[in-house]
Amino acid sequence: MTMITLTINGETRQLDVDPSTPILWVLREQAGLSGTKFGCGIAQCGACIVHLNGNPIRSCVTPVAAAANQAVTTIEGIAGARPHPVQQAWIDEQVPQCGYCQSGQIMSAVALLDANPDPSDEDIDLAMSGNICRCGTYPRIRRGIKRAAAHLRALQEDSSNG
Amino acid sequence: MGKWTRRAFITTGVLAGGAVIFGIAIRPGNRAAKLAGLVAGDDETLLNVWLKISPDNTVTAIVPHAEMGQGTHTTLAMMLADELDADWNDVRMTEAPAHEEYANYALAKGYLLEDPEFPGFLVDTVDGFFLLATKWAKLQITGGSSAVPYTGMLAMRVAGASARAMLLQAAADQWDKPVESLIAERGMVREIDGGLSATFAELAPRAAGVPAPSNPPLKTQEEFRIMGTSVPRLDIPAKTDGTAIFGIDAVVPGMKYATIRQAPVFGNAVKSVDESSIENMPGVRKVVTLDGAVAVVADGYWQAKQALDKLAIEFEKSDNDTREQSDIYEHFAEVLDAAKTNGEEEIDFASGDADAALAGAARRIDAEYRVPYLAHSPMEPLNCTAWLHDGRCEIWTGSQNPLGFAAEVAGALEIELEAVTVHNQFLGGGFGRRAFPDYAVQAALIAAEVPYPVKLIWSREEDTRHDFYRQATISRFSAGLDSDSKPVAWLNQFVDKHEPVEATRIPYAIDNQKIHYATSRTHVPWGYWRSVDHSLHGFFTESFIDELAHAAAQDPYEYRRDLLTDQPRFRDVLDLAAGKANWGAQLPENFGRGIGLQKSFGSYVAQVVEVEITDGKPVVRRVICAIDPGFAMHPDGLIAQMESGIIFGLTAALYGEISIHRGAVAQSNFHDYRMLRMNESPAIETHIINGGGKVGGGGEPGTPAIAPALVNAIYDATGYRIRELPISNHKLGPGGLESKDVA
Ligand code: FES
Ligand code: FES
Repeated sequence: MTMITLTINGETRQLDVDPSTPILWVLREQAGLSGTKFGCGIAQCGACIVHLNGNPIRSCVTPVAAAANQAVTTIEGIAGARPHPVQQAWIDEQVPQCGYCQSGQIMSAVALLDANPDPSDEDIDLAMSGNICRCGTYPRIRRGIKRAAAHLRALQEDSSNG
Repeated sequence: MGKWTRRAFITTGVLAGGAVIFGIAIRPGNRAAKLAGLVAGDDETLLNVWLKISPDNTVTAIVPHAEMGQGTHTTLAMMLADELDADWNDVRMTEAPAHEEYANYALAKGYLLEDPEFPGFLVDTVDGFFLLATKWAKLQITGGSSAVPYTGMLAMRVAGASARAMLLQAAADQWDKPVESLIAERGMVREIDGGLSATFAELAPRAAGVPAPSNPPLKTQEEFRIMGTSVPRLDIPAKTDGTAIFGIDAVVPGMKYATIRQAPVFGNAVKSVDESSIENMPGVRKVVTLDGAVAVVADGYWQAKQALDKLAIEFEKSDNDTREQSDIYEHFAEVLDAAKTNGEEEIDFASGDADAALAGAARRIDAEYRVPYLAHSPMEPLNCTAWLHDGRCEIWTGSQNPLGFAAEVAGALEIELEAVTVHNQFLGGGFGRRAFPDYAVQAALIAAEVPYPVKLIWSREEDTRHDFYRQATISRFSAGLDSDSKPVAWLNQFVDKHEPVEATRIPYAIDNQKIHYATSRTHVPWGYWRSVDHSLHGFFTESFIDELAHAAAQDPYEYRRDLLTDQPRFRDVLDLAAGKANWGAQLPENFGRGIGLQKSFGSYVAQVVEVEITDGKPVVRRVICAIDPGFAMHPDGLIAQMESGIIFGLTAALYGEISIHRGAVAQSNFHDYRMLRMNESPAIETHIINGGGKVGGGGEPGTPAIAPALVNAIYDATGYRIRELPISNHKLGPGGLESKDVA
């Protein structure tokens, strides 16, 4: 066991862990953040996606040592005073069914929109095809991303106009 | 009392164990004290087992079903709130604890049986297989029959209407006014032409003392205020911010983690475990050997997993160890052949004289289809947290059948049912899998070996290899066509029949039919899989009717339509789907269009698929779906279920294959048991007909018609008829088949 320092959702934490443990299990079992999910354990499904320094990674195959002294953002950390526009779009489009994959879907969608404020269908396919949804919410995820993108662009215009 | 009536319903509840059941008055001091304690806090009056009215006028609906993602909780609450005339914004949900008295609510097997129409009353937008699973497990929950979810739905409405009537009566008594002069509206009772008004909460204590109405009138469709609207689902916000708690997220102070390896070949026992192979591995607490499985308990899942991977385990051998998938299919074929000669075939359905009609037909068409085993693969791997203490066992899990789980756990631990408490959590997908309690029993048995709570988490590999699988089968058809190419004989023989009985039936007017089957159980465990037998028979029958249309050189839609002479609701969905799909319009090159039709769980569904063939692979571009569920309680929820069922069915049709190699499942995770992904997901349009009559299901009916619609579209595009799923085993070209069984 080794002491590792991680900044999780803006909060710096010292964790006594085996450095080869995937971040997923450290988040869920040590940090008490269960929003990040286990789906396959082999980088196939995306249920475990979190952001490392803003980039989406699969926490089930990323050892915690690789994140030492860096910033991890999970589903619990993306809302401000109000839900993140992606979360709001998910509610507006009634996206989730069982909901289990949705933390990973939302983290992928947030990363997509951070990089590309106006994604095409092909961009969405590319960014989101690493996330499996067994309940088949893909059509709604697509609509949710477009709605969130429009909302984010409107916010940006507001702030640049004002 | 030959007819099922609401009066009988209410009476039954009272008779069946108590006033608890439908006893509108559950309050301290009556026989249901134990139950009342579970749901009534201070200052709350429990009007009836289905709902609770709190002092702040919130109405809590007590829903007897787990939320798997279909919006079950919301739909049930809507039905109750509408009949009650509650204010929807004040409605809350709580899932009934897995407590015997809650299961008992249900009803009335006797009454169900006395109403021949009832089994068709499929008000489930819910989990249709819950019911089948209950039967399978022979749980026979008191009063519980296969119709729990359906009755639950009706009971919700009756409960709401009863409570409303009692609240109105309470107000009438209090104000000394005729009840006809009062009206209930958004959580209040008020005078129609006067100033008196009171909230439900103010009236509730008095209402609890009013006798239950014997036959409360239910609203007609025109009077619905909430039913039939798409209110936002209650469970969704928590599913966008990580706060929804699934079974795998349960936290019990002091718990450790376990993971498990089961004998790869079903049924084989553990021969030996060499614990020295994991000596000194960090965090490892204990190795537990169960029937055919070994679990490692450790401080964390990862440590348990690492140790289990290293642990030297030897399993016993059996005759099944050499079994291959090809042996299973061969065996099926033998059984089918033999059944014809030795008379061991079971008649499923017969009309006219199919053999004679076939012999006398102008033309004869034959085809054989096969489908593989399928796994459920819910997104959340199976898991259960168990804690044995003080002679009791508590479990935290996601279950489609909490009381059944409690019963199985009690049996395994040899303790009383009352000593088991199930804390049911959100289900990360069920599709039938979470009706089987194997993982809860394992967790309880592991927990029995240690002095702390244990969370058992299966790896995805175990989930794939130790499911209860949708059956593999072979289905053979022969049809006779007359000189006008109309079918006059329909013969179908297949392996293994499960449920529902009508899954093999066709809606087409063919006078002479013989549908029969032979039984051939294999060592592969069987389970209810979304839409159950419809998932395969829909593929078989809707492929074969398409083959007949093509043999007749007729348009497959028109051919079907002409045979739906007495089936207006089938015809309506068929016409709607074809019309919306612009059936008959020219498609681009390498495109094809196909149609499928299936009624399941009380809902009529037609689907049109548009497919494009690129690089020998089918790409599904668009799906048009028409559904007549009788009445759509929550239209947007129904649309979501159609999308979900279609993608589930497409996944199976395109990729789904569990195969047996050396007696074990060859697949293990999502790389070799593929799921449809975003880039493969077609545009889906759903159109709803409120055709009237009994309300049909939503969770399953989207699945059965999509596989045949897709293979029919592929035939349209290529001239190649796929008779064996999955489609990914076939390589296609614009001119038809190029090669088969590509690696
Ligand atoms: S759990 Fe990490 S990708 Fe599936
Ligand atoms: S919502 Fe259930 S897996 Fe995506």
